[in-house]
Amino acid sequence: MTKFPVWKYLIIIVAIIVGLLYTLPNFYGEVPAVQISSSRSSVQIGDDLIKKTTDALLAQSVQPQGEVFDGKTLKFKFKTTDDQLKARDIIAQTLGDNFIVALNLISASPDWMSKMNANPMFLGLDLRGGVHFLLEVDMDAAIKKTLDKYVGEIRRDLRNNQIRYGSVAVDNGSSVLIQLRDEATAASVIDQLRKDLPKLQAVKDGDTNVRVVVSPDEVQKIKEAAVKQNILILHNRVNELGVAEPIIQQQGPERIVVELPGVQDTARAKDILGRTATLEVRMVDDDKPTLTQALNGNVPVGEELLDEPNSDGSMTKLLVKKDVELTGDNINDAQAGFDENGSPAVNISLDGTGSSIFKQVTGDNVGKRMAMVLVDHGKSQVVTAPVIRTQIGGGQVQISGAMSVQDANDVALLLRSGSLAAPMNIIEERTVGPSLGQENIDKGFHSVLWGFVAIAIFMCVYYMVFGAVSVVSLGVNLLLLIAVLSMLQATLTLPGIAAIALTLGMAIDSNVLINERIREELRNGQKPHAAIEAGYEHAWATILDSNVTTLIAGLALLAFGSGPVKGFAVVHCLGILTSMFSAVLVSRGITGLLYANKRIKKLPI
Amino acid sequence: MEFFKIKKDIPFMSYGKLTTSISLLTFILALFFLFTRGLNLSVEFTGGTLMEVQYSQAANLDAIRNKLNGMGLDQATVQNYGSSKNVMLRLPNKKDINGASLSNNVLAALKLEAPDVQLKSVEYIGPQVGKDLVNNGLMAIAFVCIGIMAYLALRFEWRFAVSAIIANMHDVVIILGCFAAFQWEFSLTVLAAILAVLGYSVNESVVVFDRIRENFRTIRGGTVSHIINNAITATISRTIITHGCTEMMVLSMLFFGGASLHYFALALTIGILFGIYSSVLVASPLVMWLGVSRENLVKQTKRKEEAVV
Repeated sequence: MTKFPVWKYLIIIVAIIVGLLYTLPNFYGEVPAVQISSSRSSVQIGDDLIKKTTDALLAQSVQPQGEVFDGKTLKFKFKTTDDQLKARDIIAQTLGDNFIVALNLISASPDWMSKMNANPMFLGLDLRGGVHFLLEVDMDAAIKKTLDKYVGEIRRDLRNNQIRYGSVAVDNGSSVLIQLRDEATAASVIDQLRKDLPKLQAVKDGDTNVRVVVSPDEVQKIKEAAVKQNILILHNRVNELGVAEPIIQQQGPERIVVELPGVQDTARAKDILGRTATLEVRMVDDDKPTLTQALNGNVPVGEELLDEPNSDGSMTKLLVKKDVELTGDNINDAQAGFDENGSPAVNISLDGTGSSIFKQVTGDNVGKRMAMVLVDHGKSQVVTAPVIRTQIGGGQVQISGAMSVQDANDVALLLRSGSLAAPMNIIEERTVGPSLGQENIDKGFHSVLWGFVAIAIFMCVYYMVFGAVSVVSLGVNLLLLIAVLSMLQATLTLPGIAAIALTLGMAIDSNVLINERIREELRNGQKPHAAIEAGYEHAWATILDSNVTTLIAGLALLAFGSGPVKGFAVVHCLGILTSMFSAVLVSRGITGLLYANKRIKKLPI
Repeated sequence: MEFFKIKKDIPFMSYGKLTTSISLLTFILALFFLFTRGLNLSVEFTGGTLMEVQYSQAANLDAIRNKLNGMGLDQATVQNYGSSKNVMLRLPNKKDINGASLSNNVLAALKLEAPDVQLKSVEYIGPQVGKDLVNNGLMAIAFVCIGIMAYLALRFEWRFAVSAIIANMHDVVIILGCFAAFQWEFSLTVLAAILAVLGYSVNESVVVFDRIRENFRTIRGGTVSHIINNAITATISRTIITHGCTEMMVLSMLFFGGASLHYFALALTIGILFGIYSSVLVASPLVMWLGVSRENLVKQTKRKEEAVV
């Protein structure tokens, strides 16, 4: 048996040290923490804020166990979850609205480990509890919305060029139809639009009509922009929910994944995420006879009946004009607060355009009622309908009505975080309670543990010393696998744990191949050293072949799987690689240590 | 300790007719169940809502059913799992009910009667997602088959590739047949298990094939069936030990892994058992019947040897 070269030992030693270093943080566990981040880019977290918060905590005798500041977010560690909850309330009160205060968990491993990026694996939602949503952006609605905008542009363009038209309207939800007087006008409109609005494709439709469609390139751009804008808005909304470390990612061309670890109130989360609320300011028709007629089912053209909630929760019908005076697009900021009577209200500040429109509308309609209509998922509801007493300039508007503090907060949040480019539907949801998460961790851990123990006992009994060598190399395999997963900051899920178990069960194959081969060589009359040598050598080709085929299956899972299948596949593929390393190199190294340079008459196998 | 001290080769190939008939029979049986009963697909594929709730005392399933019927969810299934306190509700997607808010409504309704009810998990899958998953699953299986065949054809020869893939698809169909026959729930994790079995089972065939190739080089003058018998006999010890070990791990998952890993472990258990059978008694006879010969494999070695010299 040739001596195992020193450099290979070095590789093994380095691998084991690195493995230990990156595996350890998983055993330190996590401590409860409170995470503070700024909700506005203009407000920065600095040293004074750290001091201010610490003082406030100490004043109420809550002792933080240390703080971590990465330049953007500040985290305070606490001993118990009781302290954590108390601290959250204190901090939220001290810092006010400009900061997001969320509960979090951070690694309890020593600082020098964290500095080397040796952190524990992320736990998937199935192990720590939380909600996972898959949202699909309604692209038809996004295109319809864009077309609505073009209708305005086309009208303006025709008017500017003094072309008379019958009507301009969205037709079928996918194109704009322009009705014109005669064929000549239609031809000139096509020329005009091609020049002024090159993004659109204008074609003749019948004799006197022009149909305008959006070019495929433009459709693509609209779709991409819609997803991007929705992701941005989801970020804002989730931030305001105060969730620590949420995940918001695009998946495929039209879908968005949102994962909110630790969130249990799924009803509220769904409500906030899925809402498409925009605010519209419209005039109320208070003419008594018209209202009575409308209530009898005779709604005048250009008006509609909407619900207005009363303070006791009942609804009153209100006749509101369809013309929108002002929309939520002109809102700069919205904050929940209280009106002069002490009831919950939303304070809105408008931008320049908004202010001047609002000034004009209120000036023209003194004495009349104005309705603040919240359009949410295609459903309109009057939030409040105050009487205009004087002209309001300056762009500061307050809306109050029959709402609770929570309602005021939600409305403010929705208005502030902007409107979605297109509505979204939740097409997948997974919620895992925290107790189930812990249960899953325990069960997964036990399956790995007992499976490993059973294999270890069997191997040691069946192959004796070589079995023990196999068990050690299998242990190294487990160590390296967990280390690699921690290094990559992979998210560990229950299928991931299952993959660890299965990978260990399969990894023993390489060792069995080697051991069987050594036995066979001995049977064929080889001397012990030569048998070990030949055993490892012959087994190698087989190990390579069989692992490559398994790897192909693993990669296919990785490429086409989603969710739990992907979690499984990542671990499976990495496990195959680490098992090849540990079975071939590590076990060979140990046998080298045990038998090289020694005279052996009989191998204990 | 050693279980397998086999002096003479076991004549596996002479049982070829018997073993392949057994396989063919199980295969047809599996297909029969697949077509007559079909798979009991989980919500991940069919779409719908799956809720797990926990009561502090034994749950009254009839009361829950009545409640759901009252909400117009008469197709819902309600059953205990694990213990009498844990209840699983399965609600199919309906056109007129918004699936995403359904779980909230149901939980609120259950809370009215038993305030102690706790939500353990919810899984809601819209109708579009299920379709995508089925497509992705089929794609994954196709990709695995093509990838493995290409690799085997490259490393060995086309005859090996074809027989390995037939033997492995046979395993997959039999697992699917078991799931159909017993109406076990077929979920995404089970699909992952099946794909893992595909990889695993090929692994098994590769070990035997490797030995066959080696024997063609070293044993001069033996018949093809003698060479294959010898290869299987020589590796049988490793085959049993390896599978035994993997099976120990999988059984540990089956016993300790809880409900979430139950069917995953079950699929693997069946897959491993049939994996041994198919690689030894299906793949190898197939290779022989496809007419493998020394020339198919040894040509390559000669070229290699010349290159070395």
